[in-house]
Amino acid sequence: MLSRQDVNKVSLLARLQLTEAELDTMTSQLGQIVGYVEQLNELDTKSVEPLSHPVDVKNVFRDDVLQPSLPRETMLANAPHASDEFYLVPAVLGD
Amino acid sequence: MSNYDIIIGLEVHVQLQTATKLFCGCSTQFGAEPNTQTCPVCTGMPGTLPVMNRKAFDLAVRTALALNCQIAPFTKWDRKQYYYPDLPKGYQISQFDLPFSHDGWLEISDPKGKIEPKRLRIQRVHLEEDAGKSMHDEVAGSADSRIDLNRTGTPLLEIVTQPDMRSPAEAKAFLTELKLLLTYLGVSDCNMQEGSLRVDGNINLHVHTDAGKIATPIVEVKNMNSFRSVERALTYEAERLWDVWQESKQKLGDVPKQTRGWDDQANITRGQRHKEESSDYRYFPDPDLVPVTVSSERVAEVQSGLGELPAALRTRLETSYGITPYDSDVIVNQGRAAADYYLAVADGVADGKLASNWFQQDVLRTLNDRSLTIEQFGVPATALVALLKKIKGGELDNARGRQVFAAMLDQGLSADAAMQALGFEQVDESELVALCQEIVAANPKIVADVKGGNAKAAGSFVGMAKKKNKNVNPARVQEICLQLIAQM
Ligand SMILES: [Zn+2]
Repeated sequence: MLSRQDVNKVSLLARLQLTEAELDTMTSQLGQIVGYVEQLNELDTKSVEPLSHPVDVKNVFRDDVLQPSLPRETMLANAPHASDEFYLVPAVLGD
Repeated sequence: MSNYDIIIGLEVHVQLQTATKLFCGCSTQFGAEPNTQTCPVCTGMPGTLPVMNRKAFDLAVRTALALNCQIAPFTKWDRKQYYYPDLPKGYQISQFDLPFSHDGWLEISDPKGKIEPKRLRIQRVHLEEDAGKSMHDEVAGSADSRIDLNRTGTPLLEIVTQPDMRSPAEAKAFLTELKLLLTYLGVSDCNMQEGSLRVDGNINLHVHTDAGKIATPIVEVKNMNSFRSVERALTYEAERLWDVWQESKQKLGDVPKQTRGWDDQANITRGQRHKEESSDYRYFPDPDLVPVTVSSERVAEVQSGLGELPAALRTRLETSYGITPYDSDVIVNQGRAAADYYLAVADGVADGKLASNWFQQDVLRTLNDRSLTIEQFGVPATALVALLKKIKGGELDNARGRQVFAAMLDQGLSADAAMQALGFEQVDESELVALCQEIVAANPKIVADVKGGNAKAAGSFVGMAKKKNKNVNPARVQEICLQLIAQM
């Protein structure tokens, strides 16, 4: 089962700030989803080949040919905060 | 006996030489204006789909084969998830449990004897995409960090070694040989200043105690910006780990793995802020990318197209050109173009040793003195061949040969033209014999000396001959005079 601590960790990893009440709700709701998927573990999969992609298709490569990039103004227009040249984000210090 | 063994493993990131990014057609050119080489795919806009660059995959397989790796017949792509402003998708496309290659090796050796020859094992090589760059300009006093996403999605090869290195010098030797191999393969320019080659090191100690060897906690060292810094950083870190061990007696597993950054100015490593959450990347297969299968035919095809690699070329120079391991190492380590120059000269003059001497003493010295590459060098291999043939044939001695070489270099002349410009003429054989006969006849005392067993006395004939004709070949004069005396 999913613990409150698990949900707390996942929210931290997803950069989500949850209130105590939200943490309770999420623990319960996410727990139900995980429990539902958990049912798959009841199946015996010993003789089933591991699946790494749901669709049985072959990969297609692209040639190493230059395509035009989008203009900088167009790209930066979507950013919540930008200068003429850069995306601006709250200070990232250190590594 | 030392108190501990140093255990080092490396993780090397190499930028592959493609024109475009791994999953889109944006340029990978270094140094462009910020955020001018991006598109919805590499910035992770919703609804876009990545399509893999065939050349990136081919270069990756080529490199892995040159590193003697096994190529997996089936390989897939995974999302490595973490939040950082320079990673617009919120995940990096990488390879987790089924990398395209694994279990290879690279041999290091050193004819100067500073390190023992050794085969270092490669754990895996996998393909992934690069992140962007974040810059925080504290001087400007801005509260914001600036993000440039040009580099986002550039194809990177991650090469992970086994912890097989036992000294910082071995780590440096591995990197030097790896870089040489990559440039021979033409898969990367390996420019560390531009970030085309990045190195992280994992290091710990095996301390010798009465109770046997004890492993200390592992430290990852980052921010090493040159091979020299790698050696210095790891040397520093080994000593630091020894101090820490003596104080704390902490064993592997007692504390989590620490990350430290090398400060090249201060000559120390510093602990980096521990990101406990970042250790959980929650990899899962990327549903947007299809696994790739590689047939054994394809592997054989790439293998056969690898060309001659540095180790094989060293062996060939030693066996077929008769030069020492030291000399072949020097030549091969100059890179493919310079080695080709040597080969052209050695083949042209049919003398590997003479070519090696001139290549090292004259060509390489000039390149070093004038900070030139072999491509910029003014004397083509064919011109040097013409000069060395004259030296080998006795037309020129080494001293005059060097004068001719200097004239060829500085005035762009052929060997013949340079000789003419210097007033060097070949003395006709009959003229030379007549001259020798003249001085032998005029110096009965020296002749008697030589006949008495002092062959060295014939050396004074050279000076006399040169006074009469500055173009005579000293070795030839001595030879002819000795012959004449023997016939007397
Ligand atoms: Zn793009």
